[in-house]
Amino acid sequence: MQIQPILAALRKYRLATLLIALEIALACAVLCNACFLIVSRLRQTQIDSGIDQRALAVIKLSGFDEAGSIDLNARMLDGLRRIPGMQSVGAINAVPFGQHAGTAGITLDQAGQHFGGVIDFYLGGPGTFEALGLRLVAGRAPQADDFRPLNHFEPDDAPVMVTRTLAEHLWPGADPLGKEFWSDHDHFRVVGVIASLARQDGGEGGPETIQWSVFVPAQPGMYLAGNYLLRADPAQLPRVLRDARAAVVKIAPDAVLDNQASQTLDELRLRYFRADRAMAGILLGVIVALLLVTALGIVGLASFWVTQRSKQIGIRRAIGATRGDILRYFQTENFLIVSFGIALGMLLAYGLNLALMRFYELPRLPLLYLPVGALTLWCLGQLAVLGPARRAAAVPPVVATRSV
Amino acid sequence: MFGYYLDLALRSLKRHRALTALMVLAIAVGIGASMTMLTVMHILSGDPVPTRSSTLFFPQVNPSPAPGERHAPFDMMDYRSATELWSAHRADRQALIASAALKLNAPGVNLPPLMAQTLSTTADFFPMFDVPFRYGDAWTAQDDAQRARVVVISDDLNNKLFGGADSVGRTLRLKGADVRIVGVLAPWRPSPLFYDVAGGRYAEGQTASFYSKPEDVFMPFNSGQDIVGHDYNVFTCWSTAQGSDLRTGPCVWVMLWVQLDSVAKVGAYRDFIAAYAQQQKALGRFVHADDTRMMSLLQWLDFNRAIPGDVRLQTWLAFAFLLICLFNTVGLLLAKFLRRSGEIGVRRALGASRGTVFAQCLVEAGVIGLLGGIGGWLLAMLGLWLVRRQPVEYADLVHLDVPMFLATFGLAIAASLLAGMLPALRASRITPALQLKTL
Repeated sequence: MQIQPILAALRKYRLATLLIALEIALACAVLCNACFLIVSRLRQTQIDSGIDQRALAVIKLSGFDEAGSIDLNARMLDGLRRIPGMQSVGAINAVPFGQHAGTAGITLDQAGQHFGGVIDFYLGGPGTFEALGLRLVAGRAPQADDFRPLNHFEPDDAPVMVTRTLAEHLWPGADPLGKEFWSDHDHFRVVGVIASLARQDGGEGGPETIQWSVFVPAQPGMYLAGNYLLRADPAQLPRVLRDARAAVVKIAPDAVLDNQASQTLDELRLRYFRADRAMAGILLGVIVALLLVTALGIVGLASFWVTQRSKQIGIRRAIGATRGDILRYFQTENFLIVSFGIALGMLLAYGLNLALMRFYELPRLPLLYLPVGALTLWCLGQLAVLGPARRAAAVPPVVATRSV
Repeated sequence: MFGYYLDLALRSLKRHRALTALMVLAIAVGIGASMTMLTVMHILSGDPVPTRSSTLFFPQVNPSPAPGERHAPFDMMDYRSATELWSAHRADRQALIASAALKLNAPGVNLPPLMAQTLSTTADFFPMFDVPFRYGDAWTAQDDAQRARVVVISDDLNNKLFGGADSVGRTLRLKGADVRIVGVLAPWRPSPLFYDVAGGRYAEGQTASFYSKPEDVFMPFNSGQDIVGHDYNVFTCWSTAQGSDLRTGPCVWVMLWVQLDSVAKVGAYRDFIAAYAQQQKALGRFVHADDTRMMSLLQWLDFNRAIPGDVRLQTWLAFAFLLICLFNTVGLLLAKFLRRSGEIGVRRALGASRGTVFAQCLVEAGVIGLLGGIGGWLLAMLGLWLVRRQPVEYADLVHLDVPMFLATFGLAIAASLLAGMLPALRASRITPALQLKTL
């Protein structure tokens, strides 16, 4: 197929060609960036929480008298353990995807000169380390005498387990075991390293900080009360949680059950990422609508061209062009226009990505998205032009002889 | 003449139904998407106190005693700074604010206890923020001073507990303390909940919670100190060494809002807080005496980037989408007008000027815009319905008001006229002779 005559014909319809190309370019830019946004949103929802999510649930109480916390803990732990199917119950200050409870800045020296970052503290009573299902990669798990009483929101001189990511951030390349850090006056010593444990309420400071958490063994008491981690067989968990919620009314009539927070971890996670999934859905809808509108534009303009040129098509057919020749002519023409649009669109996509990077702290658009976007638009263009092109191919040669 | 053009336009549109439908659809989809997001934007970026937002200010000081590098005040104040600034009564009106979730039950009402969001504030809060009352009235400055056990409750809570009846004079139990209802608010839903906004720059764009409903129970600030104790929501602490009393502890948890009616007063108040910080530095309580700041209400909302990041992103997306739809319409209109070259040639030959042909084409584009606007309005209603189904705090706020309804049609017609401009110009340049020859 010769390209020269097609280009010559397009020159006659410069404006319309330019319009379609610009539309394709814009569509290409939005398509690449929207796809990238969808993928990064969905990737966020895939983060590794580091815990046995499917087997865990939370019961959260509020409104109880702080002075009676120790008594409340005793009643709750005892009462919940009696529920059939319950594997373990422990007091914990927070869980991933729940409300955040222990966020603080840490320093690597006592004087507070070397700032380490803002991290999340998980304060857990006996049994919670195992119940969470945290995977130890170095050092040791908490032992019985590690669980010390709290006299404020953090225990003193506590042996703690840090995540691998946090250890690498605080002491790059070094063995974290035995290292120390401070949060204001409180001192912590690393005795174990865990594979991962996601933060309570997202990363303050970007997605790379999502694993910046430590597990601190602590004795339930006045500063660790009202929030309980339940573990049961995943198949039985919904029933166990239902029983637990019902039992709370009898065990702790003085407290108010927080219905929003008392959920299975799966449910909490689902809710936590609801906005991200909704956004991904909206973006997907926009992409579909965008492709549809672009396709309709191509169909409309191509039909117009076919009508305009029906006489020329007739002449070509009369002097020997086959139906296939006519079909291919329009297909090639569309391919050329779309390619021009894509070339422009890639530049636009890159520019749009720069703007997004500036205002939404998005990473750079991986180059892979550009060929994928281009391929999509090429296919779309060919599909859209197929109808009008077939109609063009169906123009009988006899048209050439009319009204000349 | 316009009537004639309209008639011509309708005839022309009727002749090529498919092409007309395509154009109307393109405009409708573009307008629908952009108006949905613009409406959400319009509602979220509105002025929460339209009558006097320019006179409301948010003073800040930095009470941290650590000689670190921190050079920005905290978003809230410690108890001592806030109450001392408040007690000076240097502003036209001033309100302290601290929030807490407390257990609440109503004696004589057959409902289990619930956790209620409460706000401890001072008497000026209600007139200062134009809070509407349904029954009763706010408490007085005297009640503030005497630590009176009185509360004002929201319309929502009044409906839930008392079925909407006049509950003034009834008693509630808040965390063990009996309080008497003196006022019930009329429905009140400022957008955003401006007086509680803080910490937006740490929220990573997830600021939908700024649009939640106002608290259910309002009580005098001093009475709150007796009732709430250390259950107040704390913004942050600069040290973990906590005493038993939040009021003397190293934490920030109180906000101060002031109303300043003239520019001179604003300047004077800035000087006042600067002088206060200097004085506290002299006393050894502050280290960062120059860290004072006072933004107006709207500046404070901007500073906190109150509009959620996702909403802003969606708005840009909607505009990009509208742009693509416009390109599409330009292309289709071009096809449509040029297809009628012969007809236009005849009109020109019969004496129509370029201007009349241009006007005729624009009228046709405008009619398409109007039709697209109707479609866009329907799609925007659908889009807003979808937004309302999202699990976000502002879902119940989202509706199409009269200005946005008119804007839908305005935008649709403006967009189609803009899109029609180029094709109309092309059509008006058609040379009659060439067209007549081919007839």
